[in-house]
Amino acid sequence: MTLITERAARSIVKYPARYKKVGLAFGDRVFPVSAPNVIHPTDTTNSCSPKMSADSTMKLHEYQAKRIFAEAGIPTPDSRLATSVDEAVDAGRDLGYPVAVKAQVQVGGRGKAGGIEIAGDDDELRDAADAILGMDLKGYTVDRVLVESAVDFVDELYLGVTMDRGEGEPVVMVSSEGGVDIETVAEETPEAIAREHVDPAFGLHPYQARKAVYGADIPDDAARAVTSVLQTLYDLWESNDASETEINPLMVTSEGDVVAADAVLNVDDDALFRHSDLAELEEESYTDDLERKAGEYGFDYVRLSGNVGIIGNGAGLVMTTLDLVDYYGGAPANFLDIGGGAKAERVANALDMVFSDPNVDSVVFNIFGGITRGDEVARGINDALEQFDEIPKPVVVRLAGTNATEGMEILNTELVQVEETLEGAVQRAVANAEEVAE
Amino acid sequence: MSIFVNDDTRVVVQGITGGEGSFHTQQMMEYGTNVVAGAVPGKGGEVVEGVPVYDTVHEAVRHEDADASVVFVPPAFAADALFEALDTSLDLVVAITEGIPTQDMSKVARRLRETDTALIGPNCPGIITPGEAKLGILPGNIFDDGKVGLVSRSGTLTYQVVDNLTSRGIGQTTAIGIGGDPIIGTSFIDALERFEADEETEAVAMCGEIGGEDEEEAAEFIATEMDTPVAAFIAGRTAPPGKRMGHAGAIVSGSGTGTAESKIEALNNAGVPVGDTPEQVADHIEDFL
Repeated sequence: MTLITERAARSIVKYPARYKKVGLAFGDRVFPVSAPNVIHPTDTTNSCSPKMSADSTMKLHEYQAKRIFAEAGIPTPDSRLATSVDEAVDAGRDLGYPVAVKAQVQVGGRGKAGGIEIAGDDDELRDAADAILGMDLKGYTVDRVLVESAVDFVDELYLGVTMDRGEGEPVVMVSSEGGVDIETVAEETPEAIAREHVDPAFGLHPYQARKAVYGADIPDDAARAVTSVLQTLYDLWESNDASETEINPLMVTSEGDVVAADAVLNVDDDALFRHSDLAELEEESYTDDLERKAGEYGFDYVRLSGNVGIIGNGAGLVMTTLDLVDYYGGAPANFLDIGGGAKAERVANALDMVFSDPNVDSVVFNIFGGITRGDEVARGINDALEQFDEIPKPVVVRLAGTNATEGMEILNTELVQVEETLEGAVQRAVANAEEVAE
Repeated sequence: MSIFVNDDTRVVVQGITGGEGSFHTQQMMEYGTNVVAGAVPGKGGEVVEGVPVYDTVHEAVRHEDADASVVFVPPAFAADALFEALDTSLDLVVAITEGIPTQDMSKVARRLRETDTALIGPNCPGIITPGEAKLGILPGNIFDDGKVGLVSRSGTLTYQVVDNLTSRGIGQTTAIGIGGDPIIGTSFIDALERFEADEETEAVAMCGEIGGEDEEEAAEFIATEMDTPVAAFIAGRTAPPGKRMGHAGAIVSGSGTGTAESKIEALNNAGVPVGDTPEQVADHIEDFL
């Protein structure tokens, strides 16, 4: 049982709190400094990784997720999306002050990075919107903000639904310690998060939602409303093929009402084929021109900081090639998986991709053909290299598996260095990188 | 001896009329696999590579006495194909398909627990017992029959390690690619349990990668339940947190779980040597024999 508890605790660590309580604490109530009984969402703690081409989920913006949550009946604060300072001020006047101005970018730590401000009047709102719109937030340019009514609150809760991959089952999570860094809660006091595994054939039974809510010591006056939100959050998770749905914090007002102050809806990429409405929301959000290019080519690509460019087939073998570059004293510049069954053109594109990285001083091409054929790979390498008068960076090629012999006959060995083993190829590429770098 | 498959295994190919399905049916038969039927809705009565095609898996099992299936069905229809396979008396289902929605696999895994069928995959290269049968897309020519079992989350890394073994004359009893997805059928532990029970398997090579905790759980199993020696390789030591390395399952979350370090430490603590390179894994295996 301990193992399961720990695993489930860790499973939410990827999605820590978007908000941190700001203000003065009196007992277990928190009052913001400038406006009593009004929450100041500030989003100070978050280690969420940014959306990238190689991620397996599509992350919706907060305002998109909130719209979907609200349509499903989860109470959310009144809000408006604004793309200019004037629009933001109009929104503030309509909503009534104070309001929160929140950068809509798919990265965590918005508050800490200055992406969330509180405004008490037109001037403050104008200043906040002017500062946030156009700002660079961890590589992303902010082009829209959510202007949102601040909410009176007495408690902040955490609700989440995700897949426990170890169990192969969904798990719902509830904590009365929302708002603070849920990562810390999960690691230091995992018992403060009530968890309930769900049989995917039946979905979340109402009793399970109640069990989780009462198990998390949610105040009695709010328990019924929280249970209802949790049930809806699970239904949204299931109906949208989500990898995660999360509300942190779910605010409890003095009347015992609940309001979702943030909303997370991340969708399984592999299921987008049956969610055309969600697929339409997908945006390019590369922080890096090379990752954008990899996205256009359709490669699994991750840019790293070293100078040895790496191309291979199959995730495990490419990872291994990276590890060996490191093991033999080099530094990998990237992860690039051409996938299975790549034709010559794709192989040539991969080389173009790696040559486009100015950090790359040397390239290792490691193919172990299963459904990928050595002759196609050799043709692709020839095509890519024959267009150069001079090869930009030394390329080491190691071909094994299906049609490797045919590939070696085709390969123009005047343009590349050939090695028979993985270990030999990596060592040579590392040596080349050292030589070029000097 | 071998695990899961041998030359008696009677195979039905689900999705046999597709490009991948027909090509690999031919490859499997060339290797000597006993492919007895195909199953594709609406294609009953056709013949592919000399193999009769049925509309349903049930018919294929009834008419051709199939006891294993290989699934090449596209991701949108793959879960249904797996439910269909699990609704028959098949002993083994091998799912090659990549990109099956995770929630679909959660439901399949739930159904799987109610059956006596073993599922390998999805998103895997399949399984091979050298010289007898292969179910999947592995290149048969790099394998050789022998005394070493191999289990891996990655296809091409399997080939690499097999190559390191075969090239120094070390053959394999059975090699299994269990797949790189977050939710899979046969786990490391399931495969290790079978290798432990197999009299011919004298050592096991295990190839893990970052993400999840399957390797850590396998380490505990090896320490407590296995006499057969195991050597391991873990891919992804240099992977930065939060970046998915190709496989949906190969991601290290911000908290540091699923890292190569934690897996290597768990395996070392279980007495399992972990090679820094695939060649070193072969060295360890050679020492065991």
